[in-house]
Amino acid sequence: MSKTGTIGDSVFRTILIIFAATILVIVAAMIAMMVQNSIPTIREFGFGFLTGSRWLPASDIYGALPFIYGTIVSSLIALILAVPLSLGIAIFLVEQAPARIARPIAFMVELLAAIPSVVYGLWGIFVLAPFIRVYLGPFLQNYFGFIPLFQGRLTGIGMLTGGIIMALMVTPIVTAVVRDVLEVVPTAQREAALALGATKWETTVIVLGNAASGIAGAVVLGLGRALGETMAVTMVIGNSPQISASLFEPAYTIASVLAANFAEATDKLYMSALIEMGLVLFLVTFIVNALAKLLVLRVAKRQTGH
Amino acid sequence: MANDIAHNRRKFVSGVMTSLTAACATFVIAILVIILAYIAYRGFSAISWEFLTETPKPVGEGGGIGNAIVGSGIMTVLASLIGLPIGIGAGVYLAEFGDKWFGTTVRFFADTLIGVPSIIVGIFVYTLIVLPMTRQSGFAGSLSLAIIMIPIVARTTEEMIRLVPKSMREGALALGAPQWRVTWNIVLPAAASGIATGAMLAIARISGETAPLLFTALNSRFYNFYVDQPMSSLTVQIYNFATGPFEVEHQMAWAATLILVGLILIINIIVRMFTKKKY
Amino acid sequence: MKNLKITVLFLLSVALVAAGCSPESTGSGGGPVGLQGAGASFPKPIYEKWMNEYGKIKKDIRIDYQSVGSGAGQKAILSGTADFGASDDPMKDEDLKKADGDLLHIPTVLGAVVLTYNLEGVKEPLKLTPDTIAGIYLGEIKKWNDPKLAADNEGVELPDAEISPVYRADSSGTTAVFTDFLSKTSEDFKEKVGPSKQPNWVQGVGVGAKGNDGVMGQVKNTPNTIGYVEIAFAKENKLPAALVKNKAGNFVEASIANVSAAAQGSAESMPDDMRMKITNAEGDNAYPISSYTYILAFKDQKDAAKGKALVDFLWWALHDGSQYAEKLHYAPLPDAVLKKVEAKIDTIESGGKKLRTGA
Repeated sequence: MSKTGTIGDSVFRTILIIFAATILVIVAAMIAMMVQNSIPTIREFGFGFLTGSRWLPASDIYGALPFIYGTIVSSLIALILAVPLSLGIAIFLVEQAPARIARPIAFMVELLAAIPSVVYGLWGIFVLAPFIRVYLGPFLQNYFGFIPLFQGRLTGIGMLTGGIIMALMVTPIVTAVVRDVLEVVPTAQREAALALGATKWETTVIVLGNAASGIAGAVVLGLGRALGETMAVTMVIGNSPQISASLFEPAYTIASVLAANFAEATDKLYMSALIEMGLVLFLVTFIVNALAKLLVLRVAKRQTGH
Repeated sequence: MANDIAHNRRKFVSGVMTSLTAACATFVIAILVIILAYIAYRGFSAISWEFLTETPKPVGEGGGIGNAIVGSGIMTVLASLIGLPIGIGAGVYLAEFGDKWFGTTVRFFADTLIGVPSIIVGIFVYTLIVLPMTRQSGFAGSLSLAIIMIPIVARTTEEMIRLVPKSMREGALALGAPQWRVTWNIVLPAAASGIATGAMLAIARISGETAPLLFTALNSRFYNFYVDQPMSSLTVQIYNFATGPFEVEHQMAWAATLILVGLILIINIIVRMFTKKKY
Repeated sequence: MKNLKITVLFLLSVALVAAGCSPESTGSGGGPVGLQGAGASFPKPIYEKWMNEYGKIKKDIRIDYQSVGSGAGQKAILSGTADFGASDDPMKDEDLKKADGDLLHIPTVLGAVVLTYNLEGVKEPLKLTPDTIAGIYLGEIKKWNDPKLAADNEGVELPDAEISPVYRADSSGTTAVFTDFLSKTSEDFKEKVGPSKQPNWVQGVGVGAKGNDGVMGQVKNTPNTIGYVEIAFAKENKLPAALVKNKAGNFVEASIANVSAAAQGSAESMPDDMRMKITNAEGDNAYPISSYTYILAFKDQKDAAKGKALVDFLWWALHDGSQYAEKLHYAPLPDAVLKKVEAKIDTIESGGKKLRTGA
């Protein structure tokens, strides 16, 4: 290999390392800032901050548990709904639909990622919440009312509504990425499978297996959007720091409590509690990401092993 | 005979699943079309030349979002200039050299950063830039947007580059080309359309962000081209219109949303033209 | 790929042109003076109107105001990111101590918090007493046809439906005024919830919404709800507003005159620093859930040119500007209060020099 090549390579590599390290620096600086600003509540409550279930700013009592619960459950609802849907759309776009149809649809899906969350929130209040109150809620209570998940009062505002809105916002992101991932899987693979007598669906399953890591990436992106979503969720989730088995009851997420209160909080301990919530969200994201990755890798293994 | 039944069953399953995916697409697209149509329906009548070029006026006196369009434009471009190179560079690193501990760490932190609510990014930049400068600024706004873009772009870039067939690189490497040339001239162009998708998603995502701008770029009633001054943006303006009591302003919020979605559409088309997506 | 590089270069050059820095425009020279204000969302419409009108008279002064919330307004003036702040809720003593100098509260206009509701078929405005409002928000009055509500609303057909109260999930001046009123009138409420920008609401009662718009959206779209919002939100969206029983025992409407009456009745007792709550005020017509909104500014202005611009603007706004208040659902300051505010504005100085020099 020529000399300029090796020098070029090491320069190239160094530049890339700097770029990659930038991400670490940003996250580290962010964590440092949040730790520094949450020292008052860390001193005051210690580990109890995570396990405390009462959030009473007026009495200076701060417990993050209801928010952790709300964040995880609403994101789960969002992913359970959004991932199959997104996979379905992406498969349809790449494997089935002719370009003439696929192109405008793909376009539209990307556009939807750009709609400000205020708009999703308004739609949630005007359309989704009444739909849940009048149709979906009573239906679920009639047929599945024995499950605690579907008991409780029905105002249309609550955990389920928040989760569904999140799902809607996550879908364009997951779809767009999965679509691109599927597109890059070589056509030869499909042809080989079809030639061996596999049905169209079986071929798709094989393609999915090969794209598993990319799909996992897409899911992580979607999860990120769900965990960090603020405005739209704030508008429909009911904003009550409580832990209730019912999906119809109001709940609260970490991101929405931050968005709703950061601007207005002047009290030092309150500010500190809010910023520590940000730190908690980091932690939740860490754990959930790790779990999601394990899960997707498992699925991928099973599929390719089959 | 048994073979036939199995075959028919497989065909049947295939048919069902295939229709299911079509149903998924139809269902979501239907919901999404409704949302888009609703925005258009609510917003279209408020759009005029005056609305596109003037600055906001007191309620009931008309006014427009010209300064917000300019502000959003400046901040999006500046954020992309900061965020895209870093994000794409980091993504290339992760894909090409990222299998050791450093890469794994960066990847994991990038995934975590994606899930950080944008408001935390806003608080971060507020502490880092705004407080020392004692002034909100377009630059601070751009920086928060860039921080939101970076991990999204990095992860999508990585996924797309990983999918470029190994045979493509090996051919060039075998001919004695240095790795950086292979990456720059062969791998990146092959993955360009995918990277563009990632960039588009990131731009789309930051275009819809309000929370990080509220503390960093604030907003302005005036046309402002200086990035060290508070700067208006479409989303903060939409937020202001939408959260106020006045129906006229609510309508302007819908109209501004329509403009925002329209602008994203245009950017999307331009990016697609240059990266020649082969559908 | 080549095209892509050209695009990148093009964008780069555009940004470099755009990324210039502003010429310093705040000096005491002849250049335009820029003032930045931030704070409460409640007075935003009137402040914008004032700034726009004033900008037509004084072309060399650019005043900008951004509604980021009262708490954020307090933080902005304390951290120096704004030249003046704005807040509905007077600052607490402990927060004032953080200020780097003497921070003044200057009342600008008055507003009202109203109770709005979604009751199908109920045409005439509902009559509510402090007790029934407290009962609803404490979860003790659960149904719309509760005998207590029915007693005050004879002839109104109240449905046999569960009441679903909506409160503000975010910290807000509106909540401060509302809970201050209820705490003054109901011992029970004071004990269980108390006056606060963000009190501890009773668990399991009602839902929280962010912002006045959030509460309004909730009430507008959910039958049998009740919520409290700033008056403009109810008026502009044609939502009903309840009549509330005042200290004198009358059910009064939240009209401009009745809000003014609440300030009039308490004008004499206004303290020197102007921080004052006027809920449950004396007077036959006083609307009991009324409040001032304030501009926050330092007594000693660091930049004389900016300080001068601010003082002149405030003076203009409180006199010539007050004509714009009513149309936007605010009550102008009563004369007795205005006199005190004038004296307060006169004390603003820069480097020991008084800034107001005649009109």
